[in-house]
Amino acid sequence: MDKFTQAFKEEAHELLQELEGSLLELESNQNDINIIDKVFRAIHSVKGSAGMFGFTQISDFTHEIETVLDLARNGEIEVSNTLIDLVLQARDLILAMLDPESVSEGIDERVTSQIIQQLKEMHPEDEKDLNEDPTVVIPEPVPVEPAPKTEVTSAKSVFWIRFKPETDIFHSGTNPLNLLTELSMLGKSEIISHLDNVPDINTYNTDACYFWWDILLITSEDINAIKDIFMFVEDRCELKIEKLSINEEMTNNFNFKAFTSIFSKESEFGPLDLLAFLEEAHEDTLEDILLTESEGDHGVQLLQDIKSRLIKSTPALSSIRVPAKKLDKMVDLVGELIVAQAHLSQMASRNDNLELSTISETFDRLCGDLRDYTMSLRMLPIGTTFEKFKRVVRDLSNELSKSVQLKLYGTETELDKNMIEKLNDPLVHIIRNSMDHGIELPEARERAGKKSTGIIQLAARQAGANIVIEISDDGAGLDAEAIRRKAIGNGLLKPETELSENEIFQLIFTPGFSTARNVTNVSGRGVGMDVVKRNIEELKGSIDIASQKGQGTTITINLPLTLAIIEGLLVRIAEDFFVLPLAVVSECVELRQKNGNHNRSRNLVNVRGKLVPYICLRDFFDIRGEQPALSQIVLIENENSQIGIVVDEVIGEYQTVIKSLGKVYNHIHGLSGATILGDGNVALILDLPSIVHRAEMEESLLVEELMAST
Amino acid sequence: MSKTIMTVDDSASIRQMVAFSLKQAGYNVIEAVDGADALNQLATKSIDMLVTDLNMPNVNGVELIRQVRKMAAYRFIPIIMLTTESQETKKSEGKAAGATAWVIKPFRPEQLVAIANKVLRK
Repeated sequence: MDKFTQAFKEEAHELLQELEGSLLELESNQNDINIIDKVFRAIHSVKGSAGMFGFTQISDFTHEIETVLDLARNGEIEVSNTLIDLVLQARDLILAMLDPESVSEGIDERVTSQIIQQLKEMHPEDEKDLNEDPTVVIPEPVPVEPAPKTEVTSAKSVFWIRFKPETDIFHSGTNPLNLLTELSMLGKSEIISHLDNVPDINTYNTDACYFWWDILLITSEDINAIKDIFMFVEDRCELKIEKLSINEEMTNNFNFKAFTSIFSKESEFGPLDLLAFLEEAHEDTLEDILLTESEGDHGVQLLQDIKSRLIKSTPALSSIRVPAKKLDKMVDLVGELIVAQAHLSQMASRNDNLELSTISETFDRLCGDLRDYTMSLRMLPIGTTFEKFKRVVRDLSNELSKSVQLKLYGTETELDKNMIEKLNDPLVHIIRNSMDHGIELPEARERAGKKSTGIIQLAARQAGANIVIEISDDGAGLDAEAIRRKAIGNGLLKPETELSENEIFQLIFTPGFSTARNVTNVSGRGVGMDVVKRNIEELKGSIDIASQKGQGTTITINLPLTLAIIEGLLVRIAEDFFVLPLAVVSECVELRQKNGNHNRSRNLVNVRGKLVPYICLRDFFDIRGEQPALSQIVLIENENSQIGIVVDEVIGEYQTVIKSLGKVYNHIHGLSGATILGDGNVALILDLPSIVHRAEMEESLLVEELMAST
Repeated sequence: MSKTIMTVDDSASIRQMVAFSLKQAGYNVIEAVDGADALNQLATKSIDMLVTDLNMPNVNGVELIRQVRKMAAYRFIPIIMLTTESQETKKSEGKAAGATAWVIKPFRPEQLVAIANKVLRK
């Protein structure tokens, strides 16, 4: 029953998720009969399934909730905020009941009875006592079979046992034949011995056991009696015991001979196949089934036929659940495949063999498709995470006595599943901060001329090779002065240091920093934003703050689309290779070195009449050597503007797996990973937003210096 | 020849558990996720017995039973409905629509197997 219990738990989680959503919807539409019905049906489903899988605590608890909701959907009681609150609390409890191990304290009986009590108060009439037994009720008489065979006093079952002792089982003093004898004493049995492992007499080791057996047993004992027999040899053999649930009639007329044909050749199959075969064999005449060992193939063939028929009859469902681990493994494998394909591609281009080139191109195309599809398997719309925050905002609004509305944009934007999971905590923290420190109390807002309901906006969009998530509020904004003072107070900053407003905002990300005068239990304990930043950086992303005092704050999170595989442009500077994400590359242009010197990181080039600033990577990374007379500029899109990256040579498109740089080099700005080229060289993958940002900073510092010197 | 039972339930875990038990007992099982899916499949597959939940989206159990009874081939096949205790009215509706018997949730799958054996293996 275990795999079904797991399926039930997943189902229940989904139902409870939907339930929460519906309840929140209901809050703003309290008379919408459709939503009430939706809520009722969700609880009803949970109750129904919980009982089936033994979760009686959940089933009993939900019964009470269902009763109240039923009255609500019949219009007999009004939907109120109190009711919705109660059901939300109950829903949280049910979630906890699903995984009792994950809750630190057990589910307190008092809490459940308290909720039940409050629910009961909502409907004054007594509940009808439905005292029906869970039995079958058949209204019209259905002809019943006459009493079955005489000698059967207790229910018999058929077991299939596969016993494969290990080769040196004799050394432990075990005689497998004794075990088989014991087995046969449990009932009626047929023992099929397999001699396929028995070697030639010249190599035969008399100390070793080469035999294994399949046993079919009809017995009125239960499975434990069989397990007991093998108790002492359990870890010295391969043992499979399967009970075949077939009806009485078949059990008593069990056709052993039918199975000899299957067991004459070793095959891996399960009880399902056996059953089907049994059905089939039951109908066939005995002559057809009585086979000698040499005709074992016929039996196996018959089995294959049945198997393929079984497969066809299972219904096609439009989606299947896949354990995330399997997907991860698959992505890994696809990654390795792509690296190998890249090597092949390189080799093919070096070789003049036309056939090889053609095959390599086909391979290229197929790998590309495979990679795209595999990556898309792991992509989920961010909306599922965003929706959860509605509950967070709602609860906090109540707790803080503030009125806040959460608006979501770009919910269909897709992100890698791993990333979505890791984003949850940082986003929650940012929203909490926003609600706690950002949005003002309704009176304060009105005094400032704002609407009393504050708005928090969560927007996600794709920008080139990145995903951008913006969390903005129309609250009080950041107080740069207060931050500055606090930083000085904490010793993080010297009073003389002059910082730009942006840099002051960045101080918030320092560990232990907090300007909240009251440390609430929501936020302000100073363990938040630095952890948030770290989490984002672990995802190879970046986080920025922009704010206007009195107007609001916007936090922007930049994340790479995918962590694993990159479609890149391979470039060379001197002896070093680099990869740029192809998604942001718009074109490549030649650059002739004029007689200027390039000791600045930022320059301008004229591209079809437009002036585009460029960064000379050689200078940026301090790579030694002379800039060649003719080099290439790769034009990239960065935050809605075009920037050029100067390299010696553009080699070509290169698709590869991103490997992390490891703990030692992970913090280096400008690099987001590395990859191994076909010839064994390492190419560093450029983190363009970070490079551009750095170059801009250097430029502005330079300008300041220049201005200061004039 | 083994008989075919169709099991209809929008809860995947219950549906799969029921299907498993019935298959273990030697029946062919067709699964459907709701009434609409069931009717769709019945257009091309033939069954000997129908087991259906009542509370389902798209076409619900009662409506499914009604529709199935309209089909000439299925005027008299055994139809078992799965219902929870609180659904008094649904039960009578189901009966009126033509259900043969009902099983109350929660139930042990063995009970369904017992019924199937009783009505399908005369």
